[in-house]
Amino acid sequence: MTRITDILGLEALREEILKHRSKDRTILRTCISTGCKAQKSLKVVEALKAAIKEQGLEEKVEIKKTGCHGFCEMGPIMVIEPENIFYRKVKPRDVEEILSTLNGSGGVVERLLWKDPVTKELTTYERELPLYKKQDKNVTYRSGKIDPADIEDYIASGGYSALAKALNSMKPSEVMDAVIASGLRGRGGGGFSTGVKWRICSSAPGDIKYIIANGDEGDPGAFMDRSLMEGDPHSIVEGMVITAYAIGASQGFIYVREEYPIAIEHLSLAIIKAEEYGLLGQDIMGTGFNFKVQINKGAGAFVCGEETSLMISIEGRSGTPRSRPPYPAIEGLWGKPTIINNVETLGNVPIIISKGDDAYAALGTDGSKGTKVFSLVGKVQNTGLIEVEMGTTRREIIFGIGGGIRNGKHFKAVQTGGASGGCMPIAKVDMPVDYDSLREAGAIMGSGGMIVMDETSCMVDVARYFIDFLMFESCGKCVPCREGLKQMHHIFENICEGHGEEGDIETLTGLARFMSTTSLCGLGSTAPNPVLSTIRHFRHEYESHIYDRKCRAGVCKNLFDYLIDSELCNGCGLCRVKCPEKAVAGEKKKPHIIDNSKCIKCGICFNSCKFEAILVK
Amino acid sequence: MKIQIIIDGHMVQVDRETSVLHAARKAGIVIPTLCYHEALKPYGACRLCMVEVVQNKQRRLVTSCNFPVETGVEVFTDTDKVRQVRRNIVKLLLARCPEVPMIQTMARRMGIETSGFKKKELKNCILCGLCVRFCEEVVGAAAIGLSNRGTEREVTTPFKASSNACIGCGSCTYICPAGCIEMVEDTKTPGMRKMNIGSLSLKICPNDYKCEDCDIEQQFIEETKNIITQFRDKFSNSAD
Amino acid sequence: MTMDFQAIDQILDKYGYRHTDIIGILQDAQSIENYLPEDSLHYISEKMEISLTRIFDIVTFYKAFSLMPRGKYIIRVCCGTACHLGGAQQNLDQLNRLLQIKDGETTDDRTFSLETVNCLGACALAPVVAVDEDYHEAVNAGKIGKMLSNYQEEE
Repeated sequence: MTRITDILGLEALREEILKHRSKDRTILRTCISTGCKAQKSLKVVEALKAAIKEQGLEEKVEIKKTGCHGFCEMGPIMVIEPENIFYRKVKPRDVEEILSTLNGSGGVVERLLWKDPVTKELTTYERELPLYKKQDKNVTYRSGKIDPADIEDYIASGGYSALAKALNSMKPSEVMDAVIASGLRGRGGGGFSTGVKWRICSSAPGDIKYIIANGDEGDPGAFMDRSLMEGDPHSIVEGMVITAYAIGASQGFIYVREEYPIAIEHLSLAIIKAEEYGLLGQDIMGTGFNFKVQINKGAGAFVCGEETSLMISIEGRSGTPRSRPPYPAIEGLWGKPTIINNVETLGNVPIIISKGDDAYAALGTDGSKGTKVFSLVGKVQNTGLIEVEMGTTRREIIFGIGGGIRNGKHFKAVQTGGASGGCMPIAKVDMPVDYDSLREAGAIMGSGGMIVMDETSCMVDVARYFIDFLMFESCGKCVPCREGLKQMHHIFENICEGHGEEGDIETLTGLARFMSTTSLCGLGSTAPNPVLSTIRHFRHEYESHIYDRKCRAGVCKNLFDYLIDSELCNGCGLCRVKCPEKAVAGEKKKPHIIDNSKCIKCGICFNSCKFEAILVK
Repeated sequence: MKIQIIIDGHMVQVDRETSVLHAARKAGIVIPTLCYHEALKPYGACRLCMVEVVQNKQRRLVTSCNFPVETGVEVFTDTDKVRQVRRNIVKLLLARCPEVPMIQTMARRMGIETSGFKKKELKNCILCGLCVRFCEEVVGAAAIGLSNRGTEREVTTPFKASSNACIGCGSCTYICPAGCIEMVEDTKTPGMRKMNIGSLSLKICPNDYKCEDCDIEQQFIEETKNIITQFRDKFSNSAD
Repeated sequence: MTMDFQAIDQILDKYGYRHTDIIGILQDAQSIENYLPEDSLHYISEKMEISLTRIFDIVTFYKAFSLMPRGKYIIRVCCGTACHLGGAQQNLDQLNRLLQIKDGETTDDRTFSLETVNCLGACALAPVVAVDEDYHEAVNAGKIGKMLSNYQEEE
């Protein structure tokens, strides 16, 4: 451990680290983040360690535990450097075979390579995977490549050099100018100009200023921030220190939701290490600049992702938002000027400073510069995290990178912006993803969740899901949100259970418009978006539920039945065996029948049938 | 520093940072409120006081109780939009609290017969928060508070148990616009008062109502004397 | 059950009795018994001189807190969007059926507690059911019985 006491010390340390790194070793990058850990990647690491020791390969082979590679469905993921051979779904029993290919014979373990589900082609190298090939990795570049627990890995890859440049050769106002010129806008969903917000805060009266990194990623379906916090925590710390220098803050907070324990662990360690190395805390890099950071854990409230609610939570109260003005940049935490930036926004800051604002602004559109990380999930072939240039179309993302819809189904809608966002149909799929185009279309960028749906998704149910979610998460302070969501929930319940009535759609629309202009905070004012967008683009589904009492997607249990197609059913009996209510009858090799009076629509038979013989009626 | 703004066509001069609500009062215009009270910090929960404001060429709805005026702001308190907002707030509250007299009166005055909403409840608390805020901010007892969140948010004492922080001042009873907090004689223990928020009783007096030799009472009197002395000292010092 | 006052005192010391850290203090205090007994809240209120009313507001507002004892294993059904579309509701229904408890409840023998959670951030593995720190991916109603039996066998 070397404490860096002057600006040149960082560069010297980097050279030292690189010098001592053996070029001869093969490095096995193994992901231990949430997705891969859930699929037992730690057991793979254990097995690797044991096998390496047994075979005496410690000098030749190194295990590097990394953060999220963004392709979680394929976990546990292992990438073999230097060629970057990509292995997926690695199990402990595969370890021996993997090690045997490293002895110079140059082979690969084919069964661990990624196979295209449609063409069945194998892909050997990481850079050629469809999910990665077309990405513009900027903020997510390091995650999956470095060991997030090892600060020297971060430094070796150029980390903290942006901070050194800022402290050494830029005035605080120049740092702000650079961020303004880069065009960086808030990546948490607000889309406000980051640099302009900094400038407002910096000019606000008062010596005490605060920075808060918002890692409360509450949008269901979004895990970009989780991945960044787990996989590259130092980029967030570095971003915060640069921001603190720019606006004159001496204390920072990272607010992380408690549902992300690995992120909390990695960030905590990053703070300790950064302080040890003189990159955080007192007298940073010997410049006399002081800035310390603490972590505050969320406690299970989505509303605390909203700025004023987040601040109240840090102050030790229940997270009820307050009106703005006053804006946090002028009057925030404990009444002091406060900058609240999403962690992805902060992750962009070191990149802007080291590459320069014009290089950063060379990517993206006029109004939306740089890149954005999205979580592409749902019914696409390739699910995971993707970082693309702003302005990329949804078609390129869903069909190009995502590989189109899985299981031979068809695209129905894509939902962007989380619970505050809208559902867009195929007609809008050529729209570019940037702040302004999305807003014009009635959706929002939001935090970056992008959920793809097929014909088995019911759009009324999707709207209902979001309303239920928001009703559960609403703080309950203001009348429009609390009472409005309650009434909407009731209407959706009726519609989805077969008791919808004439006028329900109009009541929903009226309530939605009312809530959007009168709610106290962003939760209530954007809650209408999923409702309004699904009514706008999928009205026929609402009408089908209300007037025909039918859910054609097969989701709303009271509005459909399962039926076995006697021509497709070959009598294998799998559904009969699996049915928990014994509602399926039939003889072996003869078409089976479902007794609808017993059927509870659990979906087990529908999902198990290998012949797609069970239909929704 | 005085600034000029226009409210419903009237020119008004007010101090900077005055709320639209107060500025309107200066112009003799009354904006209806539910959760606002002079003695408390503005809350912005009921949304009934919303008005239209034009600032920097942008027109939007804001809550007048806590929106600070700036030079050149134009306020509209009686447009169709504003009246529609008020109607919707009252309708939603009517669906929640159909038997609260004040809500019934407001509805009647606006010509609203039914809420028009299907989810009907029979609550008597409108969640304006006045009782809770007064107990904490002014009285300093914090005996009652809010708990849970969203549609489950409610006014209660911790664990719905009888409170030993409540001093029985009756402020919450007085300030509640819905009249749902009552202070009554406790029928089980004569001389004791009971508050009905649901049914919560004050803790039994530990000294059998003998205030003359009660430690708690003596301490309270001492503290009050100290506060008054400090208050007078502050003023006599600043008067120098 | 006697409360571990010493453990709570240690937590209060760690945070320096700071009022603004009350949420962190309550989170640490909850990890002692895996829930927050009423006594512990009275104790913390007294020692920190924070009104019990404010503490009660916090522990009922934030869903990470539980005022009721919880089971040995806490099952969390992720109800994020991707998991919802993948069939989280069916999984929850199946758990209701097999364990005879609803969301927020604990089995009589205190083995399992059932909770729903809004997005664990493992969306690519949807639908996810977590049992303590084990995240089970691509769960469907048919797999639940076996998943539970793995934990029951350990008894």
